[in-house]
Amino acid sequence: MSLKQNLHNLKLKYQGTKMEQTFNALHTFLYMPNNTTHSGAHVRDAADLKRVMNTVIMAMVPVLIFGMFNAGYQYNGQINGFENLAFLSWDNFVVGLEKILPLLIVSYGVGLGIEFIFATVKKHEVEEGYLVTGMLVPLVVPIDLPLWMLAVAVAFGVIIGKELFGGTGMNVLNPALTIRAFLFFNWAAFMSGDKIWVHGAIDGIKKANGVDAISGETVLGTLAANKHVGYSAYDMFMGFIPGSVGETSTFLILLGAAWLLFAGIGSARIMISAVIGALVMGLIFNGIVDAGVITESSKFYSLMHFPFWQHLLIGGIAFGIVFMATDPVTASQTNTGKIIYGFLIGLFSILIRVFNPAYPEGVMMAILLMNVFAPTIDHYVVQANVKRRMKRLKLKTA
Amino acid sequence: MSKDIRIKKGLDLKLKGEAEKNVTASTRSKVYAIKPSDFHGVTPKMVVKEGAKVKAGEVIFYSKSDEAVKFVSPVSGTIQEIVRGEKRVILAIKIAAESQDTFVEHSKKNPKDLDEKQVKEMLLASGCWPFIKQRPYDVIANSAETPKAIFVSGLNSAPLAGDLNFMLADKKEMLAAGFAALTKLTSGKVHLTVAPNADFIPTVEGLEVHKGSGKHPVGLVSTQIAAIDPINKGERVWVIQIEDVAIIGELFMTGKANFERTVALTGAGFENPSYVKAIIGAQIADVVAGNLKEGNYRVISGDVLTGDKKSKEDFLGFYHSQITAIPEGDDYDFFGWNLPRPNKFSVYRAGMFSFLTPGKKYNLNTNTNGEHRGFVLTGEYEKVCPLDIYPMQLLKAILVKDIDQMEALGIYEVAPEDFALTEFVDVSKQDHQRIVRQGLDLMIKEVG
Repeated sequence: MSLKQNLHNLKLKYQGTKMEQTFNALHTFLYMPNNTTHSGAHVRDAADLKRVMNTVIMAMVPVLIFGMFNAGYQYNGQINGFENLAFLSWDNFVVGLEKILPLLIVSYGVGLGIEFIFATVKKHEVEEGYLVTGMLVPLVVPIDLPLWMLAVAVAFGVIIGKELFGGTGMNVLNPALTIRAFLFFNWAAFMSGDKIWVHGAIDGIKKANGVDAISGETVLGTLAANKHVGYSAYDMFMGFIPGSVGETSTFLILLGAAWLLFAGIGSARIMISAVIGALVMGLIFNGIVDAGVITESSKFYSLMHFPFWQHLLIGGIAFGIVFMATDPVTASQTNTGKIIYGFLIGLFSILIRVFNPAYPEGVMMAILLMNVFAPTIDHYVVQANVKRRMKRLKLKTA
Repeated sequence: MSKDIRIKKGLDLKLKGEAEKNVTASTRSKVYAIKPSDFHGVTPKMVVKEGAKVKAGEVIFYSKSDEAVKFVSPVSGTIQEIVRGEKRVILAIKIAAESQDTFVEHSKKNPKDLDEKQVKEMLLASGCWPFIKQRPYDVIANSAETPKAIFVSGLNSAPLAGDLNFMLADKKEMLAAGFAALTKLTSGKVHLTVAPNADFIPTVEGLEVHKGSGKHPVGLVSTQIAAIDPINKGERVWVIQIEDVAIIGELFMTGKANFERTVALTGAGFENPSYVKAIIGAQIADVVAGNLKEGNYRVISGDVLTGDKKSKEDFLGFYHSQITAIPEGDDYDFFGWNLPRPNKFSVYRAGMFSFLTPGKKYNLNTNTNGEHRGFVLTGEYEKVCPLDIYPMQLLKAILVKDIDQMEALGIYEVAPEDFALTEFVDVSKQDHQRIVRQGLDLMIKEVG
């Protein structure tokens, strides 16, 4: 008997048992099911949620691989000096692989484990939402994050952030950002500061003269401390800078964005309006500095003075806008709403970034905040439609 | 004032098996059947018993909620069986047909000389009334009401739908008489929307003709109503298919209710997709005889987006002028969820390359291409829905039975068929048409 037939027989065997959901999840991974239409349209589009989620994951793979190289590049560079250090080398990749693969495994293992349990208890199919979340999580955390913290945070994010709301499609907050926020507020020392963004920095490896061998500071951290940024715009655009695993390469993130837009899955409205929002806020701050409202003695000077467009190259804003703000479940759902929602995310990201010295990246808070307001935005957009209908009725009856 | 209706939003599904323009007479079925399930919301009260002799056009049951609305036998013969299901619900009334039809004779009348009441009486008595449906709710029109307007779509935009120029070629006079009758039924206008190349347009006083062009669903009457004169709360409009206007016209001209249609046999399941003449309620096996391919095909009375699944022993639906046969998709597909599938169609470019071949015709099967999920993607339904409504918000309002919200979001302006395309493109594989039908039923119950 063929594999197909064997699996079909097993599917029938497990029907109605506790194994049903788990088996079906694995079965439908191997084979698109043999379900046919029963009501309504007899033919359906070839795409399903699995295909959509898979497309999003594919958009993130270049970023993940780059993150592995960059992790090693930053580590080896700080130990041996960046001169003559090749970026795409096996040495670099192995350092990243050793640190990032466990993050990925824990993220998927814990998250999918919980999804399977919930599916079995609630007797519904295992939904694909976590496939994307599980990929996002390792990309938005610092490389040396202890795995147990990640496991606890993922469990919190999936159970409280998603399943309690009813699972995929029902959650209010982006699950990956819920997980990140949980980490941030519980273990701030492992999630922010100048000790964590390069592998080894948190262990405090010292040079012979007692100075830390590795400084794990991001560009944003440098700016917030009003210090000089030593990276060129090209380095920041390509991503040869310290930061969360997947956030550094604006170039590859743009590539992912292009892929999502091409596939017809990412929302161009959200992405473009968020970029505009960030640029507008950056311009305002640049303008404040140019007008002489604040001086170099201000603790906000460096961040406000920083060229407005370069704000998009540093920190997690590009990653957040492309992969997290566009999450269709937690974003605004109307086309007009998406423009407002995106614009405000861009605006708030830079605003928080500049004014919050404790945590110099605003995109996580901006997106979570706008997640909360997305239904409100939609409400007012939809009301315009409702009012149009009411007006038509009034004209008739008047 | 006639309008040009141009639809940009929507989707033309290109399928294999377009009907060639030749028409044959189908073999006369031994058994015909009228199925109450074709008439949504109608509870039948029988007036004939098994074994009774009936003429073509003789009443066999009427609607319990509107006793004036009568349903007649399409052929003359003997009531062979009243098929009942659970709780004795009547599923079908089977009529063993005689070889020749004897018709119930009504007196010939020129509809121009009649008033509203007389036209209604003629339509009700002849069994032609059920052709007229009302919006909102997409149910048979209430015979006691007068609608603000009547809308007829003379434009087939559904996948593989028959060519009306061909199907109505010899029915111009009947259409004229039929439209003349319809103009008597409304205080407003009768609107007919046709394709720019339509050559069957009758000249009738009180008939306003509009030109429609663009993608499907330009041919759906809701799309046309929204563009011409949208439905508001508390208003009633009636809709009727143009083929049925011809049947009504013939009734007034000859005094006989002749339920014969030109049916398009379409889809990859037919050897020679073409047209046949068949009477409503004919057994599918006889209509498709000698033409249906061997193998695992699904036969659909209607088009692939809105039709009803039928077996060969089943019967041609009351409102259908098309039978479609497409392959069943009850097979597994190895990694079918992520590999490119050149033989399938997708509006997304997620590993699917159908966008490269916009003119390609597909042989789609009935596989759902995935499992049922919660609503996730947004903004996709709007691309295929030309109505000024928010499809997902309306669907969600229906699912939570929020009547005020359903009303505010425009439930009065839609019928299940308007959600066929959103259903097609939905990656979460939700049954939109079923949900909308439930919503409409709830509104009938709560608001009426």
